[in-house]
Amino acid sequence: MSRLKTIARRSFLVGSVAILGGVAFGTYLVKRDPANPLSADAAAGDAVFNPWVKINADGITLVTPHTDLGQGAASMQAMLIAEELDVDLDQIRTTPGAPAAAYFNTALAAEAVPFRSNDTGFAAEAMRDTMGAVMKVLGAQVTGGSTSVPDSFDKLRHAGAVARETLKAAAAAQTGLEVAQLRTQRGAVVLPDDTRLAYTDLAADAAQMAPVTDVALRDPSQWRLIGKPVQRLEIVAKSTGTQTYGIDLKVEGMVHASVRMNPRKGAPMRGFDAGDAGAMRGVRQIIALPYGVAVVADNTWRAFRALEEIQIDWEKAPYPAEQAEHWAQVEASFTPDRLDKEWRHDGDVEAALDGADVIAAEYRAPYCAHQPLEPLGAVAKVTPERVDIWVAHQLPRFAQQRIAAKLEMEPEQVFLHNQSAGGSFGHRLEFDNVDVAVDIAREMPGVPVKLTFRREEDFAQDYNRQIGMARGRGAHADGKVTALDLDIATVSAARSQSGRLGAPVPGPDTQIAAGAWNMRYSVPDLRVRAYAVPELAPTSSWRSVGAVTGGFFAESFLDELIHAAGADPMTERLRLVNDPDARAVLEAVAEMSDWDAPLAQGRGRGVALVTSFGVPVAEVVEVTNTPRGIRIDKVWVAAEVGRVVDPVTFENVVAGGVIWGLGHAMNSEITYADGRAEQDNYHMAEGMRLHQCPVIEVRALENNPAIRGIGEPPVPPAAPALANAIFAATGTRLREMPFFHTVDFV
Amino acid sequence: MQLTVNGTAHDLDVEEDMPLLWVLRDELGITGVKYGCGIAQCGACTVHVDGVAVRSCQLSAGDVDGEITTIEGLGTPDALHAVQQAWVDHQVAQCGYCQSGQMMQAASFLDLNAAPTDDQIDQAMSGNLCRCGTYPRIRAAVKTAAAKLQEG
Repeated sequence: MSRLKTIARRSFLVGSVAILGGVAFGTYLVKRDPANPLSADAAAGDAVFNPWVKINADGITLVTPHTDLGQGAASMQAMLIAEELDVDLDQIRTTPGAPAAAYFNTALAAEAVPFRSNDTGFAAEAMRDTMGAVMKVLGAQVTGGSTSVPDSFDKLRHAGAVARETLKAAAAAQTGLEVAQLRTQRGAVVLPDDTRLAYTDLAADAAQMAPVTDVALRDPSQWRLIGKPVQRLEIVAKSTGTQTYGIDLKVEGMVHASVRMNPRKGAPMRGFDAGDAGAMRGVRQIIALPYGVAVVADNTWRAFRALEEIQIDWEKAPYPAEQAEHWAQVEASFTPDRLDKEWRHDGDVEAALDGADVIAAEYRAPYCAHQPLEPLGAVAKVTPERVDIWVAHQLPRFAQQRIAAKLEMEPEQVFLHNQSAGGSFGHRLEFDNVDVAVDIAREMPGVPVKLTFRREEDFAQDYNRQIGMARGRGAHADGKVTALDLDIATVSAARSQSGRLGAPVPGPDTQIAAGAWNMRYSVPDLRVRAYAVPELAPTSSWRSVGAVTGGFFAESFLDELIHAAGADPMTERLRLVNDPDARAVLEAVAEMSDWDAPLAQGRGRGVALVTSFGVPVAEVVEVTNTPRGIRIDKVWVAAEVGRVVDPVTFENVVAGGVIWGLGHAMNSEITYADGRAEQDNYHMAEGMRLHQCPVIEVRALENNPAIRGIGEPPVPPAAPALANAIFAATGTRLREMPFFHTVDFV
Repeated sequence: MQLTVNGTAHDLDVEEDMPLLWVLRDELGITGVKYGCGIAQCGACTVHVDGVAVRSCQLSAGDVDGEITTIEGLGTPDALHAVQQAWVDHQVAQCGYCQSGQMMQAASFLDLNAAPTDDQIDQAMSGNLCRCGTYPRIRAAVKTAAAKLQEG
């Protein structure tokens, strides 16, 4: 067990977030359930059955603690509770709730271990249990790693069932009937004579009872909501401009602020000359911060304008100033001392390649920005007694603790009001906006301050996707791929994140070779090694994290080997695939795309299969080489997720993930010059636009009993499938993202 | 200066060069219109001036010559415009942040071109960025709205 703990500690680098490691804990802590956060504020007559359901005379409130970033988390969580609670979505209101340990994420632990997701052996399962305990003890409320569905699926249905059975018990006590005589429907307990007792009327009695926790979950055949198309809770608001984001909040007495931080990220400010900025119309205050200058004004634009007038002397970047030096560092990292982990070695690659006709290639993936459309910001109000902060955050409890530590207060004095986000893609795992908002607000006690980053500032301060390279070697014989040796070197985004949290995590980073080492193929001689490039510019989790680079490297290079062997890219992958789920998604896209149908000259199809966050996803991309450049005509995508909760959002999010993967592979990168990112707005990193968007056909497979999330897994196969399609159409092999350096796009 | 927004006239004391976007958001508290890029690259700030889509981040308040309509003036949750109804029916939004601008762009475009081809839709909507990638549903919703508007 002690060895297991050590491994767990050393390997605790999680998909979309690095959790503070080195935790020691005893059985008592693990067994103890965190307090119900709803109990603290419960008024007389409030039935707070568990941390997710509150019912009183005024209505039914469901707590949806996974942050809604646009992925539909709020609706999904509400559906799961409502399914067992027997309420309809028009009868409830939702709230993200206050940050609380009770909302710890159990599913994140499953992917935090250095085992393949389809490995259910003793060691893998034991370490998953250990990780789950760590998440619980830490009270790690996390939205990330495509875990919102798997974390919620059982837990929230159970929460709904507990509330339902407790309400039935209250009705039985009231009426003298047996619980077995009662049923529930649309927010009411129904008596044998069809009399309806509304939950809202039963709540006061139910509040006096201990929750009935011995409940069974319904068979899927009885589901009313799960797996059925429903209207997303906020769809009307989002179709009428009435959805409120953090940037839209209005708090009485609020002022508007913006900031310029050192664009050489992490370095301080030497000094500044405000010039006449302080006298500009509407400017209330100019605040010097260790890392930059903030302007507080009566209007956001006035704050922006005053900021532009300020001359600032910045300290040099703590990382290489020029992009070429970054690449040089990556190139120099394929060395034994930087080997992070040999993740896989089947057969004997060295022997297989010795004397063989070796095919070798080198691949590159650049830094890339997140840049959701709602810029970073927050509203903060600081008084000696309490802090209120309104912000969309994926780690709300850590943000709360961070603010408390900064202001030397108790976490209970920090009230974080989590918001629906205008996108994230990993951007809202970081704390710059939280820190800056609090740093400004503490200078103006009692005054609510709305901080808004200019887009240029948001680009400058983004923690980008990891930069990396791969070197592949391989061989083929008799029309088959026989050997594949892939070395991947990237900076460690997880280590960069955990370092900023002040708790650097030792041990291998599960993400450097993600999407590659776990490939569900059996090549006789196969090795995947991860090399850690020392920290350069700071990086963070970018939608699908390591798999977006690892998957591009692995599936592109495999495609090279298949073509060299003279095999068909689909047929050979189907020959190599070693897992029924992965085979099923490949067969699905082969059928959907009519893979074997011939294509006209100048057209091409490419396929890729990447597993990330436990979800194997296959994509086929079809392109045409036109006189105006490459046109992406169509994409077929199949994913194995176990169970689709919300089919409408599923289709939307999968298509969006494909578009995210394709668009950034086409045209997006961040490069450094003079220590700062050269790209400062969307015209220099725009992703896909509507006229470039292919027709996308999505198919969900539900063969595996494990329930998985879908936010990230559609991303990694997109870039290699596109590159492979372009090769098929043009004969040009794309080995460096973004592809627009090599080919034109329509 | 006087601006008419969604049928209501407002007397304002603001700089001539303040972008209309910030007049609407921070002076008038109309927040359906969004700040995305500030340089007319994303379209999140799209509003109508006399029915024509403009990027309000690039239009100075002093240069506004006409009546302004924002998403709130296009329709409301209880009285949806055909474009908004199509956006609801197709469940277009993911994060939703760009969608006010998308709908204002679509409504203006359909007003000028009642029966657009697929290519025309693609061209008209390509100035509006969606980071979540809802483009397939935007296309479908624009077509549905066009059909609905033609029915009258």
